[in-house]
Amino acid sequence: MATPRAKRDPILPAWRTALYALALMAVDAGVVAAQDQPATAEPLFRVDRINALIAILVFGTAVTLYTRWAKQGKPLYIRKLAGLDAIEEAVGRATEMGKPVLFIPGLQELDEIETIAGVSILGRVARITAQYETPLIVPVRYPLVLAAGQEVVEQAYREMGRSDAYNKDTVRYVAGDQMAFAATVNGMLMREKPAANIYMGAFFAESLVIAETGNAAGSIQIAGTARPEQLPFFIAACDYTLMGEELYAASAYLSHEPMLLGGLKGQDLFKILLVLVIIVGIVLMMFGAADTFLSWFTIT
Amino acid sequence: MSGWEVFQIWLGAFLTVAIFSFMYKDNPLYKAAEHIFAGITAGYYVALYLDTVVYQQLWVPVTHNGRVWLIIPGILGIFMFGRLWPKLTWLARFGLAFIMGTTAGVFLASELHGNVLGQMSGTMQIQQVAGQPNYVLTALVVIGLLATLIYFYFSKPHTGVLGVTASVGIWFIMVSFGAHFGYTVMGRVSLLIGRVYFLYNDWIGTMR
Repeated sequence: MATPRAKRDPILPAWRTALYALALMAVDAGVVAAQDQPATAEPLFRVDRINALIAILVFGTAVTLYTRWAKQGKPLYIRKLAGLDAIEEAVGRATEMGKPVLFIPGLQELDEIETIAGVSILGRVARITAQYETPLIVPVRYPLVLAAGQEVVEQAYREMGRSDAYNKDTVRYVAGDQMAFAATVNGMLMREKPAANIYMGAFFAESLVIAETGNAAGSIQIAGTARPEQLPFFIAACDYTLMGEELYAASAYLSHEPMLLGGLKGQDLFKILLVLVIIVGIVLMMFGAADTFLSWFTIT
Repeated sequence: MSGWEVFQIWLGAFLTVAIFSFMYKDNPLYKAAEHIFAGITAGYYVALYLDTVVYQQLWVPVTHNGRVWLIIPGILGIFMFGRLWPKLTWLARFGLAFIMGTTAGVFLASELHGNVLGQMSGTMQIQQVAGQPNYVLTALVVIGLLATLIYFYFSKPHTGVLGVTASVGIWFIMVSFGAHFGYTVMGRVSLLIGRVYFLYNDWIGTMR
């Protein structure tokens, strides 16, 4: 047996020691042959994905058109979302009771679309708390969400002419671990007894742990997430729940900003197109002539 | 079993019981466990990010593999520290804007390609059960998808035909939530069994 040899590994820092074991294993000749093949270059344009390009163009055009109309001041209707109307009521109740509002923008990083939606709604909620001079508590799990949260809350207070009331500790980093975060928020809920708890973003196993504690603390609770596996828990433990896409519609509904309204109306038009396309596909399928049509929607 | 192992089991059991004590009410034991948990994870994640991100994904690729362009995200990361000085706060916005913009762009393409087109193609097919075409299931999938889509249509009030269709959609959604609820509760019960098993076998086991 060969004697072990010490060698510096450039990947490891100098203060680390690692023991590597090498073993000769039987390998599949086919696999080796496949690995020996020269790598083929990725084509600049994937013709097989042209269906996705067409979908993006249709969607983009719809959003652009609606945004333009919204900017021109054309009235664009959005139906009532019960949970969102309740936000202002909940903040009002907190103001009357002299208690804070707790807002959690989910437990995911800033590179999740749900977190971005949550942070966007946080901006609207912060405007209301700034207006009513109600304390706001925003526990977060990730440093980037902390930075984004502080940014939007500070901006909301500035826009409402209440820069003096803005406290940098409003948005606070709690813990990086999911359950440590849940344990700390549970403590906050029982000790600070917020009058209103708003949960908007991506939630996981901690959803019921937090929402049930908030319920026990006697707070009004409004939740919104696009995670289907967590929605049942929010529906069970919260007073109002925004389901799936309602979370994304919320910021447009609350702000009525042309950019957000345009996005929401563009999505609605796209949904109607999807419904029509599916109906056409089903009719063609019933007559046994859907093969070519279906091939347009095949993904690679 | 060594003394160190016994100590670890007792510490784990103490923290488990301390966390469970919250079911009665908030108390100093829970508070202690909560602060230990949050403090340890905060420190752990600082070390983890330093090692896996700053060292392995930035320092090593730049200094050993010549991937110099990685300095750009590194600089964006350093800009985030601008938040510590009020005059330099604006620097942090570059990194945030980059992340939020790329997220929206990447998700638009991937969701349309991976989910929307796939879901459409899956709906416009005769559903199979045990290799046999099932027309009832096919009808359920089509009606469920269309009605649910209509529920999430925000441009018209849910009245008349639209209202009826949206009500059918919410029924489908609730059935799906019921299934998710049951499935997840089963998972949580299994987690509870795991903890009780630890307390009963490992912890009480050390006292036998």
